[in-house]
Amino acid sequence: MRNTIIRTLIELAEKDSSIMLLTGDLGYAVLEPFREKYPKQFCNIGIAEQNMAGVAAGLALEGKKVFFYSIGNFPTLRCMEQIRYDICYHNLNVKIIAVGSGYAYGPLGASHHTTEDLGMLRTIPNLIVAAPGDPIEVDAIARYLVQTNKPAYIRINKAGERTIHKSNVIMTGDDIFKIIKGQGTAVLTTGAMLEYTNNFILEHKTNWSLYSVPFLNNVDEQSLASILKSHARIITIEEHQLNSGFGSMVLERVNELYVLNKITKMPYIHRVGINNEFISTAGTQEFLRKKAGIILDQFL
Amino acid sequence: MNNLKEISKQIRIKCLEICHKHKASHLGGAFSVADILTVLYFDFLKVDAKKPKWEERDRLFYSKGHACTALYSALEIKGFYEGLKENFTINDSVFTSHVNNKVPGIELSTGSLGHALAVSCGVAMAGKIDNKNWNVVTIVSDGELNEGSNWEAILFAPHHKLDNLILIVDYNKIQSFGSIKEVLNLDSLTDKFKAFNWNTIEIDGHNFTEIKNSLQKSSEFKNSKPTAIIANTIKGKGVSFMENQLSWHYKSPNDKELDLAISEIQNP
Repeated sequence: MRNTIIRTLIELAEKDSSIMLLTGDLGYAVLEPFREKYPKQFCNIGIAEQNMAGVAAGLALEGKKVFFYSIGNFPTLRCMEQIRYDICYHNLNVKIIAVGSGYAYGPLGASHHTTEDLGMLRTIPNLIVAAPGDPIEVDAIARYLVQTNKPAYIRINKAGERTIHKSNVIMTGDDIFKIIKGQGTAVLTTGAMLEYTNNFILEHKTNWSLYSVPFLNNVDEQSLASILKSHARIITIEEHQLNSGFGSMVLERVNELYVLNKITKMPYIHRVGINNEFISTAGTQEFLRKKAGIILDQFL
Repeated sequence: MNNLKEISKQIRIKCLEICHKHKASHLGGAFSVADILTVLYFDFLKVDAKKPKWEERDRLFYSKGHACTALYSALEIKGFYEGLKENFTINDSVFTSHVNNKVPGIELSTGSLGHALAVSCGVAMAGKIDNKNWNVVTIVSDGELNEGSNWEAILFAPHHKLDNLILIVDYNKIQSFGSIKEVLNLDSLTDKFKAFNWNTIEIDGHNFTEIKNSLQKSSEFKNSKPTAIIANTIKGKGVSFMENQLSWHYKSPNDKELDLAISEIQNP
């Protein structure tokens, strides 16, 4: 995913010299192609995320389209107030790219577990919050975001993910993508849980439906209502705390649909995610997901 | 200079009247920066009150957003808008008591300390990339130099040769809950900026000639370094019973104090 976003940015920057890429001194063996091709549109700010967010806001005030890049909690939690006030209050064209979602950097320890970002960021007005599920979604989100003037957060997993979508997609900002058509049960995923869920359904031949939901700030109500109406059981799965994450967002939207009479029956919704805890042991992403209980086996 | 003196009196009187009418705070920090804002808006900055977003304007970033009455008053006198005193902080007004960019002439909303310098570094960087001639002037308080984010930006600006950036420190020596020396000492501030590779100029922040000359010099350096003007100021400057008093970071004047303060300002 991280190579895809840089590849797409390189392509977009070719036609648009106002695109700038900043980094907080991370991106070794990832960002070099951009830096080599567009040295004047690249800046390594240093290990100073508060400054990076502020500088990004300043560049955007002068009409630049700024992407800034770092790992996990550093370009988000570390500079949350700069994101809220300098970038989002002023509604500036700054896109935050964080790699290492969830337990992607599992063995590095809890400092590198990015498991609260979505909940914190999705409360901020004006901010588009996006968690693409595979490299095709990453590419489509980058193309969508470069055409919007709004601030955005893009949550990237790591490198080497499989492509799940069968063909390219176009994002419109509130998309729900049908990946597998089944019946009875629908699993809604966000971010990198798409690959795990896709594999789980195929391996276990469950006949469940699978939907990828990459935006956490805005969801197509009609598509959601139609999924709710056509399935008896809904499961949400995310590599994030259950508190105020993706599943919470779905519950909020479902409640609104019910209150507004757009659905007449409250659906049966199971949420899978992290149950309000830190993990203090090492482990691969797969191991830590299991340890945190981010699995679907209990629904078989 | 007489004109500047008169304008600075008008700014202080407006601040007093606003704080009296609306029971607002931060007169001390407004008065310490009032003379600096006077020189900036009436003898230095290229701005157009009729076109606040004029592309070629100099950009002023005001990090000490709490001392909003001084900046709002300067902009009103400059002709950016009318009705400040009546509308200040009333329901649905854009005149919040920390500066708000919805007010014409305000580049950036501030109020949380340690934000504007990094943003102004980004603006100065964009000016360099696009070969612009305008200056970026940023005003910070001394207390907010406690914030680490400022020191990230202080490292950043000279590294990227932002010699279109002028930083003014309103060094009034008193912060929110005590003196700078008691809370978190900044001495020697000029040496600190020198060590971070900035041009430095130390001035009396209430002397119009020194303020003007330092700004002129800063804009002419063009030696690949940003310039820090350390402006030694007096919190509450201009009203004897407010000078160097921590309490006037918070208090608003009653009727008697208002009359007394205005008469002191008019007849120093």
